[in-house]
Amino acid sequence: MFLINCPFCGEREQSEFKAGGEAHIVRPKQPTELSDDEWAEYLFMRKNIKGVQFERWNHVHGCRKWFNMVRDTSNDQIKAVYKMGEKPPVK
Amino acid sequence: MKNKYSIFSLIKNAFSYHENWEKAWKDPEPKKEYDAIIVGGGGHGLATAYYLAKKHNMKNIAVVEKGWIGGGNTGRNTTIIRSNYLWDASAGLYDHALKIWEGLSQELNYNVMFSQRGVMNLAHNLQDVRDLKRRTHANRLNGIDAVYLNTEEVKKFCPIINTSQDIRYPVLGGTLQRRAGTARHDAVAWGYARGADEMGVDIIQNCEVKGIKRNGDTVEGIETTKGFIKTKKIGVVAAGHSSVIANMAGLKLPLESKPLQALVSEPVKPIIDTVVMSNAVHAYVSQSDKGELVIGAGTDDYVSYSQKGSHDIVEGTLNAILELYPIFSRMRMLRQWGGIVDICPDASPIISKTSIKGLYFNCGWGTGGFKATPGSGDLFAHTIANDEPHKLNAAFNINRFVSGDLVDEHGAAAVAH
Repeated sequence: MFLINCPFCGEREQSEFKAGGEAHIVRPKQPTELSDDEWAEYLFMRKNIKGVQFERWNHVHGCRKWFNMVRDTSNDQIKAVYKMGEKPPVK
Repeated sequence: MKNKYSIFSLIKNAFSYHENWEKAWKDPEPKKEYDAIIVGGGGHGLATAYYLAKKHNMKNIAVVEKGWIGGGNTGRNTTIIRSNYLWDASAGLYDHALKIWEGLSQELNYNVMFSQRGVMNLAHNLQDVRDLKRRTHANRLNGIDAVYLNTEEVKKFCPIINTSQDIRYPVLGGTLQRRAGTARHDAVAWGYARGADEMGVDIIQNCEVKGIKRNGDTVEGIETTKGFIKTKKIGVVAAGHSSVIANMAGLKLPLESKPLQALVSEPVKPIIDTVVMSNAVHAYVSQSDKGELVIGAGTDDYVSYSQKGSHDIVEGTLNAILELYPIFSRMRMLRQWGGIVDICPDASPIISKTSIKGLYFNCGWGTGGFKATPGSGDLFAHTIANDEPHKLNAAFNINRFVSGDLVDEHGAAAVAH
């Protein structure tokens, strides 16, 4: 359990949010031309990093907006929070 | 040859104040090379090594474990064993395991305290009732014992359940698998370790894998904190850390690792003699032989390796427990902990070869791996020894995420994953 600084609402409890998984997975531009392997990669395969990971979150019990987060999954420390469409502030 | 555990060995050792029991397994340093290495010394990994040695005559093998054996999810789960899964592939897999459980203490000469006290799954809404009846029929077609109980029968089987129809999620019925039950989780790891050690398997603890050495598409060995170990076959059974090992080999898996929590109460006299699970409100409870209530909560929805879950998850589970069992309202909780579970998109495991020759993965057990321990080890050993899956784990290959032939137990199983 931790606090999340929603870019729209400010600091709130994590239980107000829904995790949306790995961020920056780009939807295929030409879905009809994708091979089965490429579909599997897009739909199912995940980095599942132990360490610093880029994620999507939704403030589902608040403003209901999606945003991105950089978080260390080994200790749940949040490194940065940024809006959709923005470049990650840390590498 | 190890001394057999028996009433006579117990009496004999009593005379020396139990100070001369021989060690159940050695603590060897790694050799330079093995025929196969199992990464992960939990129940599944030790069972794999045991069956590799016993059924496939591979004795020059090792299990490497970064901590101590059975110190991960094997010692953190709620010890429930059942096989009442909906789909044919899952039914085959889990009932294979349940059949091995039934003779495991005798086979290992180690009391795993397998107790077939029955597992009851509750229905709280009309869709639950339909799903549970459907699953009961599917189970019986697959030769798995299952009966559907109405509310009165649920109350009769477990009298402390609140079957009032005025509660938020009333009990409308349930299913019962009588062959299901619980076992002592640590004993499973220790029993398999002792059995494997006796056949010559090296169990190497405090040995963390740091890298997997490849020559093109073939594995050559593992880099560990105790140096490089050469091998042609690597079986990875690393549970929550499967993706970490996969990344070392340049593979990606369809897994997300999340915290799953459990808690136990202070010990009390026997009050519940079965296992009751409830999918809709996500609460399940049984009582250990020490008298503690063993309560399983749900997973958090974010990836984390921290072995800590959120309090609201525990709170939600305890709310449900208190409504279903008002008698527990003044009990105090003794301990609470988390384990990291690796979950597949279809909530079914992977027991499979990979695109890299000699690299095998047994992972994705999610929230329900303990029950499968003996079957998982048996089938994974078969897959490693023959470089081909057994017919019971053929459906659980990694390519199902490419072909789309998923084993979709998500929502179909007897408890939410």
